[in-house]
Amino acid sequence: MEIFEHPIRSLHEKLKKREISSVELTRIFLERIRRVEPKISSFITVTEEKAISDAASADRMISCGDSNLLTGIPIALKDIFLTEGIRTTCGSRILGNFVPTYSATAYEKLCKKGGVLLGKLNQDEFAMGSSNETSAFGITRNPWDIDCIPGGSSGGSAAAVAACEAVASLGTDTGGSIRQPASHCGCVGLKPTYGRVSRYGVIAYASSLDQVGPLAGNVEDCAIMLGAISGYDPKDSTSVNFDVPDYLASLGRGVKGIKIGLPKEYYISGADPDVEKALESAIEVYKSLGASFVEISLPHTDYAVAAYYLIATAEASSNLARYDGVRFGHRSEEAESLVDMMTRSRSEGFGPEVKRRIMLGTYALSSGYYDAYYLKAQKVRTLIAQDFAAAFDKVDMMLAPVAPTPAFRIGEKTGDPMQMYLSDIFTIPVNLAGTCAISLPAGFTGYGLPLGIQLIGKPFDEENILNAAHAFEQATEWHLRKAVL
Amino acid sequence: MKISAENVGHVAILARLQLSEEEKTLFSRQMGEILEYVEKLKQLDTESVLPMSHAVPLQNAFREDAISAPIGVEKALSNAPDRCGNFYRVPRVIE
Repeated sequence: MEIFEHPIRSLHEKLKKREISSVELTRIFLERIRRVEPKISSFITVTEEKAISDAASADRMISCGDSNLLTGIPIALKDIFLTEGIRTTCGSRILGNFVPTYSATAYEKLCKKGGVLLGKLNQDEFAMGSSNETSAFGITRNPWDIDCIPGGSSGGSAAAVAACEAVASLGTDTGGSIRQPASHCGCVGLKPTYGRVSRYGVIAYASSLDQVGPLAGNVEDCAIMLGAISGYDPKDSTSVNFDVPDYLASLGRGVKGIKIGLPKEYYISGADPDVEKALESAIEVYKSLGASFVEISLPHTDYAVAAYYLIATAEASSNLARYDGVRFGHRSEEAESLVDMMTRSRSEGFGPEVKRRIMLGTYALSSGYYDAYYLKAQKVRTLIAQDFAAAFDKVDMMLAPVAPTPAFRIGEKTGDPMQMYLSDIFTIPVNLAGTCAISLPAGFTGYGLPLGIQLIGKPFDEENILNAAHAFEQATEWHLRKAVL
Repeated sequence: MKISAENVGHVAILARLQLSEEEKTLFSRQMGEILEYVEKLKQLDTESVLPMSHAVPLQNAFREDAISAPIGVEKALSNAPDRCGNFYRVPRVIE
């Protein structure tokens, strides 16, 4: 096993025993990045100097005996997280030269632990996309098949982990943007409950849905990362003041006696046979470990995508009003008046998908349409949340597909936005309900593309889905397979 | 659900976006398709359902009215596309 394939705990032991220093480890990852980036393009910015100086600080922490599991571990961030002094683009031309003057709380928490920042990862522009193809900084490729998309919008975050360019990464999930790329790239991705992780310093897409979460090569690494970034933050008034449990301690309890729901609306005939097979064999694995299954119903599933694309675009149209070329970001040089300057700056700076969503959201909020679209969608959101609450009265968690198909080919869906939106059908309801879910590797297609499954948990019950995901991982070997690059 | 190119043009003005004729035609078709899809929400009776504006039922979040260090002029202006002294400069607003 190559050093860059090791999980966090094993790297931590090596660092603690001085078998390797963090600077040496970081150089190995930087070399790995140099080698595989020409094929994968997961990074928008590689922060080489910063990484080496972070690593040197981590080595000092370790020699003082002041280390924890993340000290000296090379990680990377989706380019949606503000990083003081380091260019942050959100995958958009409009922020092409933007250098933040403060950092996101989630990133600061990783810094305090001694994490080493390797760089900023590619993503769909403003997190709007399911394939990483809307980025203004080029397409990221799936490490398992470079003709396929890595998923999105946290596509770079998933591809970098799958290509062993970083031990773990952070992404954001508004409608599936952590879980779907994790599934397509064969890694573990967790979307925490809304309010579990601070959104301070995370560039906003749809504020009532956005949530920060980790991607990693295995469940334990995901648990370590989640523990590090979780918790109340006075700077995010929607973060929730609940104690952060010891997520590592929740692993290893087994799944004997737990009751898993299978939402019948997610198990429709005509599904992709590979996805179906992965789910069936996962059910068998869980049964053999002592879990039981019961069919449940989420009756409003069929309305989730429609409600989502109204709510998300409406919130986006409001959030993205700040990009006006006045205080930061791209400013058009051809303007004749203030309004003209704003309009030109926005039109030059935003890509087509972002424009489409701003247009849709503006329309949905515009005079005469608010009740029919935005308000209606919010009411349907209530019904969807009620579906989840009722189902969780009967079961401990749910097992579901992540995406209807494995990773599709680059360019396959770019001409048809509606088809692209429908690829999020199994992930979107979780964001609308506001609860947590984890995507984990559960098989491969005949062509060698990874397949994921999703465990959906009760609000603030990340412990139980992590434990159940860990039990599955212990009983299978899917997560051990690495993409050959 | 049809949305005319004219209507698209009006929404573009509201959104402060300048669209080419091709973009207007494309968005008119694509937005029409999306709006047709979301029509399905009308099948649901939501007369007595309250709208959900947030995932967690949070009330007002207050903090102490304490002074903390401001970001400072230099930092605040560090990304200014056009700076003039301690101000952001924009095209003339008042004739």
